[in-house]
Amino acid sequence: MKRLAVLVSIVVAAAVAIAVPADRAHASGRPSAAELESELVCVTCKTTLDESNSPIAQRMKAYIRRRIAEGASGKQIKDELVAEFGEEVLATPPTHGFDLLAWVLPIGGIGAGAVGLAVLAWAWSRRREGRDGGGEPPGTEPLDPELERRVDEALARFDT
Amino acid sequence: MPLRNLKRTAQAVSVVVVLVLGGILVWRVATRDGGVQIHGGKSVAAPALILPRLDAPGTLSLASLRGKVVAVNFWASWCGPCRDEAPLLERTWTGSRAKGLVVVGVDANDYSGDARRFMRAHGLTYPILHDAHGSTLGHWGVPGLPTTFVVSRSGRVVAKVVGGLRVGDNAAAFKREIAAALAT
Repeated sequence: MKRLAVLVSIVVAAAVAIAVPADRAHASGRPSAAELESELVCVTCKTTLDESNSPIAQRMKAYIRRRIAEGASGKQIKDELVAEFGEEVLATPPTHGFDLLAWVLPIGGIGAGAVGLAVLAWAWSRRREGRDGGGEPPGTEPLDPELERRVDEALARFDT
Repeated sequence: MPLRNLKRTAQAVSVVVVLVLGGILVWRVATRDGGVQIHGGKSVAAPALILPRLDAPGTLSLASLRGKVVAVNFWASWCGPCRDEAPLLERTWTGSRAKGLVVVGVDANDYSGDARRFMRAHGLTYPILHDAHGSTLGHWGVPGLPTTFVVSRSGRVVAKVVGGLRVGDNAAAFKREIAAALAT
């Protein structure tokens, strides 16, 4: 059971590590245009800016470059674009309010799945232990007295 | 015994989850909003339109214009045909305003600063609303910018012109529909 608990912990920790937003690295530092363009969405074509060449995407890219040149942080630029276009402009949902569910539910799902698997494995191993360890092994039950007497008689005939 | 119960519970939960997801899918498909489509000259009720104004403080609601003919023009400052048609819309507004026409521009998927510069550059004086991330485009069935709708005095969409008003026969169709709506 202890081993299963460790396994579940590892699975959940891995899921959390995978799900942590990648923009944490430059949230407080100087961002690169390429990073921001992969984390922001073109409002007309709904793809990330680095995959879009629409007129509004070009304007958004130009805005990002200008603000970086002016010394704005990645968070500032994102906040300004969210103020202009709404949270739909973010490629990943925010980690607060109702949008937090988008992060929590997959992790919770993976965690619940891991726990479910662990419980199933535990119940299965207990049943197997019960079958292997308890009671007489197959073929060792006492014989019917009448059958035992006839077997003894037959064996006695071989002895003579 | 506990394993069998667990298995049955897991199966029941799985079936319920699949049924719920299937139900949501059917519901989404059945209630999908394709927006305003005009077929065979039949009018349809205009979707709600309440957005902040770019030309003045506050918001403007289409419902508040009931009794007037409204030309709702979806545009953006980065859109070439929108630039071409802007003078025509301004002339239509100034020329027919006294007869009960209101032109309402809806600047969609655009920087508000760019939109204001566009308005100044083209001398637009009719009300302009701002829909920063195009939340109204789906309800109105806007396939691309620009698209212009004519809404009757009773709040029904009587015409939809897709593309710039200076393209092909669009200008003639637009003027004809405006005139017909003003005559009723």
